[in-house]
Amino acid sequence: MPETLPQFLKQHAEETPDKIAIRLRDYGIWQAVSWKEYYEHVKYFALGLIDLGLVPEETIAIIGDNRPEWIMAELAAQSVGAKSIGIYQDSVVKEMIYIFNHADVSFIVVEDQEQVDKILEMWDELKGIKKVIYYDPKGLRNYTEDFLLYFPVIQDLGRKYEQANSGWFEERLAQGRETDLAILSTTSGTTGDPKLAMLTHKSMISMGNNLMTVDPVEPDDEFVSFLPLAWIGEQMMCMSCGLQIGFTVNFPEEPETVQHDIREIGPQVMFSPPRIWENLVSQVQVKIEDSTWFKQKLYNWAMPVGYEMADLNFRKEKPSFRMKVKYFLADWLMFQEIKDLLGLRHLKRAYTGGAALGPDVFRFFHALGVNLKQIYGQTEINGIAVVHRDGDVKFQTVGTPIPETDIQIDESGEILMRSPAMMEGFYRNPEATTESLIDGWLHSGDAGYFDEDGHLIVIDRAKDVMTLHDGTKFSPQFIENKLKFSPYIKEAVVFGGDWPFVTAMINIEFPNVGKWAENNQIAYTTYTDLAQKPQVYKLVREHVEASNADLPPAARIQRFLLLHKELDADDAELTRTRKVRRKLVAQRYEDIISALYSHSPHVEVDQQITYQDGRTARIQTRLAIDTLETGE
Amino acid sequence: MQRGFTSGLNSSHLEAGETQLKVDNVRLNFGGVTALLDINLEVRQSEILAIIGPNGAGKTSLLNCISGLYNPQRGRIFYLNGNEHEITRMKPHQIARLGIARSFQNIELFRHMSVLDNLLSGAHVHMHSSLLSGLIYWGAAQREHIQFRRFVEDIIDLLEIEAIRNNTVGSLSYGLQKRVEMGRALAMRPSILLLDEPMAGMNSEEKEDMARFILDINEEHGVTIVLIEHDMGVVMDISDRIVVLNFGQKIGEGTPDEVRSNKQVVEAYLGEDKSAFPLKYGQSEGNNNNGKE
Repeated sequence: MPETLPQFLKQHAEETPDKIAIRLRDYGIWQAVSWKEYYEHVKYFALGLIDLGLVPEETIAIIGDNRPEWIMAELAAQSVGAKSIGIYQDSVVKEMIYIFNHADVSFIVVEDQEQVDKILEMWDELKGIKKVIYYDPKGLRNYTEDFLLYFPVIQDLGRKYEQANSGWFEERLAQGRETDLAILSTTSGTTGDPKLAMLTHKSMISMGNNLMTVDPVEPDDEFVSFLPLAWIGEQMMCMSCGLQIGFTVNFPEEPETVQHDIREIGPQVMFSPPRIWENLVSQVQVKIEDSTWFKQKLYNWAMPVGYEMADLNFRKEKPSFRMKVKYFLADWLMFQEIKDLLGLRHLKRAYTGGAALGPDVFRFFHALGVNLKQIYGQTEINGIAVVHRDGDVKFQTVGTPIPETDIQIDESGEILMRSPAMMEGFYRNPEATTESLIDGWLHSGDAGYFDEDGHLIVIDRAKDVMTLHDGTKFSPQFIENKLKFSPYIKEAVVFGGDWPFVTAMINIEFPNVGKWAENNQIAYTTYTDLAQKPQVYKLVREHVEASNADLPPAARIQRFLLLHKELDADDAELTRTRKVRRKLVAQRYEDIISALYSHSPHVEVDQQITYQDGRTARIQTRLAIDTLETGE
Repeated sequence: MQRGFTSGLNSSHLEAGETQLKVDNVRLNFGGVTALLDINLEVRQSEILAIIGPNGAGKTSLLNCISGLYNPQRGRIFYLNGNEHEITRMKPHQIARLGIARSFQNIELFRHMSVLDNLLSGAHVHMHSSLLSGLIYWGAAQREHIQFRRFVEDIIDLLEIEAIRNNTVGSLSYGLQKRVEMGRALAMRPSILLLDEPMAGMNSEEKEDMARFILDINEEHGVTIVLIEHDMGVVMDISDRIVVLNFGQKIGEGTPDEVRSNKQVVEAYLGEDKSAFPLKYGQSEGNNNNGKE
């Protein structure tokens, strides 16, 4: 039985050498890599690194879009006892320098010129980097730095090394133990430097294994890898599940072609954070609004049928024969078509995780007949601990624990978890480790409870849960997700904890609102300009009112404004996985928030913003504030 | 996993720096108006040559003479590629086949065809198989088509237009159309690429991309580039040499530094106000000029 991920790779290469392991869309065509070729790529890359002086204590950092070379570099590191760390491409320079220096990084594997330039810029501040390896040579021909090497060159070195040391690699690979560190995974600390969770092979393998016990995956299934490989969720599907069961991992051509490529592949399994699902819903809604009269009619007939069926399923009730016929028709006329366009037609299971997904989005996909399930977990427990079981989906819960996983709620209401997939601690950060791992339990920092069916309900980050003026506890995220169901709202931040009523700062969804403005002949210049149009306020107001209608009066939004800029990870307002950093946002927008709680109909803004390349600019503008009736 | 071009873009046999194109005393009149007055010019292999000048200076006319759209009344134009070809009176398609490709100031693409088909149409100057075998699409014709497609895919990769490969050109933004047009010119495997205002009407991000593509084409593939451009920042940053035209006459020539300090040029072209002449391209584009000045 293999103990490490690369040992699984070797097993597949021996058992099914010609089966397709990886597919990459390049030159507009899907190019296949067999398990045997995959193994050889990894082997020679690993030997090349050894030739260049890699030792097991070191770490290989990888930055780039999802490409075969990414996972090959990771497996190469692991096969000779070293570990890898994935870094988000849009990380700011300061974060990258911290990770390189803090995690004993000796080799950096990057995609292209853009990343090479970034590394060269910070080169003087880096310690102990032996080589920087790139796998897309475009534009790099005239770079003369001797530490810059092209990916296949390393593999050539590896082949030479193999000639002199035949059999060494296989021996080293077999020495791998499940207790070896496989990866370091960055977790977005809400403040300061990222923390690096240490995850062993045992942790990686047990997590995937336990997930697949609940939801079996077939070797012939297809998976499309399009989310950052630095994210634990993508590691979970691509590496842990993919290598154990041996399904095919497909890499899109470019980030812009993902949607198209997913449609061409038609994957059986998908795991995405809420924003992807929210985005798909917006797309459908906007496209329907743009389509013909007949299609709109059909859609407006089919969706309620779908919702009715979904609700029956949620309540585990048997649909009547009449209902079945109606749903069959709706499915045949509408849902099949939508699913086909979104590439979801062959989907057996779809997961959402990383943050809470609004109930409306959940119902939407179940109405279409997409088996969307919630996953709950954290990087520290290798991504997953809790999941919905097929046929037992409740959209307010995150499901029940996977095998080998214990969950309990402590007196304060915090969720504690324990499983073989748990991290060893944070790399070189004992203080943070002792804060999270206490007596063998991982303290999640999330507040939650179990319902009568044993499903876990996650309220929110414990520190985010707010107490409304009438004393009830409420999750701002719940309200935000309701708002975000609107195709015109991209992001929302709700306040109300220590205040007399609830307010919201809202980001409009620029493409959709822009299109709406075009259709309604509203001229605008920039994002800021569009967001401040009275008509846009009116549009958003309707959606806020709709979401208010479903909420208890004390939780209804009384005043809101549309922000002049999108919340952005570069301004540290969002984490790299696009979760709102509530505390920072509250500080940064202090003036705006106090204006929300005044009687003023507008607020003056004068703010510094940061571009991705580090340049800053200043925005001065005036934002309107809208007040609603909440029936209080 | 190897990436990148399997076949070269550049069809020239010259060494870098050798004279590739010679414009000898060219004069062009439209009725009584003199568009070009006795222009002498040399283009050298693998350089980026910028032609600048105020509106109506004759920049586009000069490009049109080179690519065969206009016939000058006097003077001769030579293209050197091992042998000397006089191209003064050649037809545009003959000149194109020799290895001089161009893009236009106003986009001239097949608007209702896909990006891919537009690019393939550029590659078709090198098609050898006959119309009939092309219709049957078998044997040599099929092999040739597959070769072209592979080559065109390299260009798609170079210009980063994978996501719009199958889109109709007419539905694309202006900036993307410009990129596709350059792609089509590249599909002809030119040794000289003439670009007429490749960055006109673009925002700064699109300009930055375009500048990077031009540098990539020049540095990686050694394709000679002659461009007309109004954005002085770009011109100063990416050009090896600059030729300045004014009222159909050449009033200056040299490296960006020489042109910048040429009094006649500064006066004629930019008026008295020297501050209008940026000394350096903006910092934000700083990482585009690797290997340049």
